[in-house]
Amino acid sequence: MQAEQIEIASFLKQYPPFSGLPDAVVDEVACEVEIGYFRADSDVFQFGDEINDLCVIRSGAVEIYRRNGDLYNRLSEGELFGQLSLLMSQRVRLPARTIEDSLLYFIPEAVFSSLCERFDSFAYFVEVDDNRLHQAVSSKQESSDLMVSKVTALIARPPVCLNTTATIRQAAQKMTEEGVSSLLIMHDEAHKKGGSGDQTAEQSLAGIITDRDLRTRVVATGLDLESPVTTVMTPDPVSLDVDAYAFEAMLTMLRYNLHHLPILQNERPVGVLATSDIVRYESQSSLYMVSNIMRQPNVEELAKLQSQISACFVRMVSEDANSHMIGSAMSVIGRSFKQRLLELAEEHLGPPPLPYCFLALGSMARDEQLVVTDQDNALILDNSYQPQLHGEYFAQLAKFVSDGLDRCGYSYCTGNIMATNPQWRKTRQQWEVTFSHWIENPLPEALLNCSIFFDLDGVWGKTDWAGQLNAFIARKAKRSPKFLASLARNALSRTPPLGFFKSFVMEQDGQHRNSINLKRRGTAPLADLIRVHALAVGSKVQNSFERLDDVVKAEILPPGKAADLRDALEFISMVRIRHQAADLEAGLEPSNNVKPEMLTDFDRRNLKEAFQVLSNSQRFLKFRYPFSGR
Amino acid sequence: MTADTKDRWSERYQKLAINARDDRLRRFYQQGVIAVDTPLAAVPFVALDFETTGLDAEVDEIISIGLVPFDLNRIRLRDSRYWLLKPDRELTESSVPFHGITHSQLDDAPDLNQILDAVLDEIAGKIVVVHYRYIEREFFDAAVKRRLGEGICFPVVDTMEQEAMLYRRGIVSRVKRLVGFKPESIRLGDSRLRYNLPHYGQHHALTDAVATAELLQAQIRHRYSDTSPISDLWL
Repeated sequence: MQAEQIEIASFLKQYPPFSGLPDAVVDEVACEVEIGYFRADSDVFQFGDEINDLCVIRSGAVEIYRRNGDLYNRLSEGELFGQLSLLMSQRVRLPARTIEDSLLYFIPEAVFSSLCERFDSFAYFVEVDDNRLHQAVSSKQESSDLMVSKVTALIARPPVCLNTTATIRQAAQKMTEEGVSSLLIMHDEAHKKGGSGDQTAEQSLAGIITDRDLRTRVVATGLDLESPVTTVMTPDPVSLDVDAYAFEAMLTMLRYNLHHLPILQNERPVGVLATSDIVRYESQSSLYMVSNIMRQPNVEELAKLQSQISACFVRMVSEDANSHMIGSAMSVIGRSFKQRLLELAEEHLGPPPLPYCFLALGSMARDEQLVVTDQDNALILDNSYQPQLHGEYFAQLAKFVSDGLDRCGYSYCTGNIMATNPQWRKTRQQWEVTFSHWIENPLPEALLNCSIFFDLDGVWGKTDWAGQLNAFIARKAKRSPKFLASLARNALSRTPPLGFFKSFVMEQDGQHRNSINLKRRGTAPLADLIRVHALAVGSKVQNSFERLDDVVKAEILPPGKAADLRDALEFISMVRIRHQAADLEAGLEPSNNVKPEMLTDFDRRNLKEAFQVLSNSQRFLKFRYPFSGR
Repeated sequence: MTADTKDRWSERYQKLAINARDDRLRRFYQQGVIAVDTPLAAVPFVALDFETTGLDAEVDEIISIGLVPFDLNRIRLRDSRYWLLKPDRELTESSVPFHGITHSQLDDAPDLNQILDAVLDEIAGKIVVVHYRYIEREFFDAAVKRRLGEGICFPVVDTMEQEAMLYRRGIVSRVKRLVGFKPESIRLGDSRLRYNLPHYGQHHALTDAVATAELLQAQIRHRYSDTSPISDLWL
């Protein structure tokens, strides 16, 4: 063994795929290396050149292009290129050009081929380049039971049912006999229709009654046990279809703070999920967190729950939940804080003088909230609202909630997009006028700060107003190419850090020097981009993954592109989430910044591919929604 | 050497071949030297580096030789060579930490005389590249003279000279030094950094030979062209 080869071997051993090979093999490889120096801006390979070596960057940086001249990738120290051309054709398919003075190691093709033959891990690494991101995301998800299990797997027994004609006593007796904590109450459809009498085939769900209902609605109020059970049941309960995933069941229960969830097949109940069925699959933390929030008597006690939110977040990460689950759970928790604070506000200020709907905007509305987050909210007021009569009440209500949220860790919105801002307390009509104005007279500058309003969700009060407003927006936006073009232009304002390791793309703000803001440069531009497509196809959902489902159905993207976007969003989100969890565990203030040197090679490579997907999709957006000036 | 004699290597080699008494040296000179106007792209180079027991060619000895052949495009590690040599005199303790070579490693090493053939084979017909020509050219000449009674002489390209021309000789750098600027370091490691070449940790004859080869590729890429004649560089 010779020393200069130790120098080269020890370099190669730091980077995959060489890091996964036996030391003795890398030493052999090092002896075969040829070295070449290239000045910045010189061609390493041009399209169609013969290629006989695998290239490793020893120092400097290289850009890889597509044949049409588009940038495909930017590589730096320790990274490979030329493997695809070697595998496919021995002709250069993707030209390479240095962007800095660079020293390259060339590994002869014979050595490359022998490594591919002898080591699966090496072959895998060089062969799956294009699919690696997808692999990374799917292997992550397989480890999460809740993601792959259908709700049917959680159903322990067929549902126990009674007809609407039953009394409360009969219901209690039935529950005792069967040993269940909930009972489904069924419409007697056959009776209603006066038809065939074949009851079982026609029955549909009328309501649900639980142990808790018997306690709070019957015993506590001294109701007559011979009264119809329909007087104490919860009518038209929230339910799920049998095709749903266990994780959706968890989210639904979290979102509506339910302990029992009927599962339906073709409108007919096939079972009831109880919280305990889910808890076996998921840490109880997020489920209990919600009921805990709803029990707190005042703002002081609510504020004390902050550390539990972090703990819940960290636990979900350690249990390999995916970003959709974590984002939804954190959003449900944030929503619960708002709900409890509004309850407290109404206790404090008295009942509201007119109906209203409290809105969540942005990441919470999208079910994509994480631990580092500010509050973005607004109010929809009944059309009978008169500022001089009702203004004071809603100003105080908004202030109570906003101050409370700030104390609970949801800091004030720096852009002042909060219900405390009179500008964002509007009647239903005023909101429709506002949205119409944004959509019909779109100026990119004017839209820049209001894209957050296009992710909205009702959390309290007349929540169906939020749904109606969403439907209104979806209808109008779809028909306004000019609006979509303006929104698309804004969605291009934040670009991904393609040259991931190069100092010139690092965020240069304050304490996070030489780091990358994964929200600003990754998840936020992705959400922006997905929003444009979603509005273009008239989608009414808010979550980026669900929006992509609608986009796929509308077939406006080239095949495979939506899946790429999904993988990219999932991967960047998860790196961001895992870093925040690590910060929390280390007792540090979590942030959206990561330092490239803190990333594993695996994450680094996949992040770069994810950023590449974002960059390509941004280019597509420009072309799909052309901006033609005024 | 004057500019006039600098470019007469072919003639000098012919004379040296006639005068050489040792067969090995005669064969070396008989292989000749490339034409003075050979374009850099066509020049076969060999980077050469010695580790020595000290800095005085008259008393100190070569204890290791590293060399690697290369051209403008590729440095071929698989053809690199490395030898440890047994010095006439004992190693001084003070030099051990510098080159990392110990007595026991040298116990079984050959004398330069035994491997001279192999070394000359590797450099014959090629242009020798060194960083600081005094060490390799003078030490080689002195060591050969001690053993054979006659010395050795060949053209070299000196990568340190290339840096000195840029950072020590120009009017600007002289003025800078006059007004108290610290001159740019032209040591191998420091020079390499200016070209974005990686840092190599240890001093070792083969590592340094490779480092020198990389440095020359970089210098040529930055300041010469494929078609510049070798006479622009050799000394």
